[in-house]
Amino acid sequence: MMAEKMRSGPAAGGAVTGGTITGHRGLQLEEPLIFEQDSPGATGVDLPQPAAVAERLGELKRQGPIGLPGLSEPQVVRHYTRISQKNYGIDSGFYPLGSCTMKHNPRINEKLARLPGLGDLHPLQPQSTTQGMFELMDTLVHWLKTITGMPAVAMSPAAGAHGELCGMMCIRAAHEATGDPRKKVLVPESAHGTNPATAAACGYAVESIPANDRGRVDLSAFKEKLADDVAGIMLTNPNTCGLFENDIIDIADAIHGIGGFFYCDGANLNAIMGKARPGDLGVDCMHINLHKTFSTPHGGGGPGAGPVVLSEALAPFAPLPYVIHGDAGFRLVEHEGQSGGQPFGRLKGFHGQVGMFIRALAYMMSHGADGLRQVSEDAVLNANYLLAQLKDTLSASFDGPCMHEALFDDHFLKDTGVTTLDFAKAMIDEGFHPMTMYFPLVVHGAMLMEPTETESKASLDEYINAVKGLAAQARSGAVDAFHAAPRFTPRRRLDETSAARHPVLRWRPPQEEVAAE
Amino acid sequence: MSGEKFTKDHEWVRTDGDVVVVGITEYAQEQLGDVVFVDLPDAGKAVKTGGEAAVVESVKAASEIYAPIDGEVTETNPLLADDPAKINADALGEGWLFKMKVADPSQLDSLMDAAAYKDYVSSLD
Repeated sequence: MMAEKMRSGPAAGGAVTGGTITGHRGLQLEEPLIFEQDSPGATGVDLPQPAAVAERLGELKRQGPIGLPGLSEPQVVRHYTRISQKNYGIDSGFYPLGSCTMKHNPRINEKLARLPGLGDLHPLQPQSTTQGMFELMDTLVHWLKTITGMPAVAMSPAAGAHGELCGMMCIRAAHEATGDPRKKVLVPESAHGTNPATAAACGYAVESIPANDRGRVDLSAFKEKLADDVAGIMLTNPNTCGLFENDIIDIADAIHGIGGFFYCDGANLNAIMGKARPGDLGVDCMHINLHKTFSTPHGGGGPGAGPVVLSEALAPFAPLPYVIHGDAGFRLVEHEGQSGGQPFGRLKGFHGQVGMFIRALAYMMSHGADGLRQVSEDAVLNANYLLAQLKDTLSASFDGPCMHEALFDDHFLKDTGVTTLDFAKAMIDEGFHPMTMYFPLVVHGAMLMEPTETESKASLDEYINAVKGLAAQARSGAVDAFHAAPRFTPRRRLDETSAARHPVLRWRPPQEEVAAE
Repeated sequence: MSGEKFTKDHEWVRTDGDVVVVGITEYAQEQLGDVVFVDLPDAGKAVKTGGEAAVVESVKAASEIYAPIDGEVTETNPLLADDPAKINADALGEGWLFKMKVADPSQLDSLMDAAAYKDYVSSLD
């Protein structure tokens, strides 16, 4: 029955207010799944019947239809155009999704990534023909090392969590090299949710460290957990409350004191670029989300890239391959014997997300050192503007100032009958992508807003005005309107519970579906 | 013993013959929202007070459920695999999570009774 409910059509997810004959609303068109538009025999191209050939496939011969729908070319073009018009991205409007750094992707990045000499390279080309790309990667490495104050970078991790895995595998390799792999990794509550998952995936037992009432690591609780079986700590700084962990030097000294390593989640680097260098804070490894801080597309718009900067102690364990300066230009180190270190292995077949390297370097070089510093200043200024404007309307979880994102909880909704979820859905009706909700878990009913440096004051003011207006509506008892939100979207409130309990992962033809039930 | 005992982490414990039944409280299920998945321990697993015994996943978050006292898991609720919503519908009844053999029954005395738990919950808001 679930599939029935979730199938597209104007009635699904709630009736359209003031419905039309067609189900379309103005020029926002309803669009069924492409499989539901199947018109058997329709094709985009007419091909002549092939000449008769002797059948040699034997048992491998296809037994039935392969299940592709038949459509004409204009139908296909309209289908994907209509679907793309339902998408909301950073190119459409404000996208304050906390912890995600949804910043503008400059078009010059795209232009450079499409240069034939870069875009058309193949990773198996002879190294003598790819010197330019190696130089580009080497230049990016130089910028990343300079920004972070760290001596080495592993470029191959394909995304943030992959970078975490890379860093923790370096830490494990470094401990194993001493004959003592150790058992535990400490992870504060204010760290990103992927941190404990990464530690567990690397075979460590995770010990959680509580946050204090200032939204930062409880230093005494952390020190109580220190023991000689602790491999390291994974800390996010600035943390997911949008706050700088100002005991970070003490934390680094303490973890080093027991022979452990300090993993810093660098997802929030956008707040401190050109202001503080992780290398000066005692960090041993940190991944950098090129797709956040350095403006390469993400959130469905492109692959991530998560290079990891490493301290002297961890650099020998960096994964293969990497680029070095040779006697005659650049060359790749691809085998352990060539490396002089003890690389833990490979994370990717080739060199990482090279297309993202081009975009990130374009972003860095077009901004320059002073421009990157201003990026962080503007990102932090924008978040503090939100915090200052909204702290008397919403409930700010911690005293400001904040870093790159502002955290609120749902105390301002107490006794209104409106929840954080309802509020987020109402934001959609007002034309905004909602803030991150219910994360971090350290506060009740969290709303986490990260404006980034992309937004103008006018854009922030429009958002602030909408948030204040909705908060006033919630307090005035408009609970039914909130429960009905979103009202103006192609689909109304989706049944997330049923979707999670009974996921429909694949469309099936109606008759098959009936048989399955 | 009649009636449930409660922990600060919002689990309840009810003695049933020579085992105790463990679940999450009405307050906990309300806070979690609709439960969509439950990861239960294997029978025979030894658990310690405050150690992770199960995970309850809702539309909002995945939450660890801690063992209220020391002991050994003897049985888990077979109904939850197909219908985790039982936790929302009947947290103190059909939505129980697991049963355990208690290492030291005197540990039960340190848990809150219904009145004390009610006071505790009202102090949280």
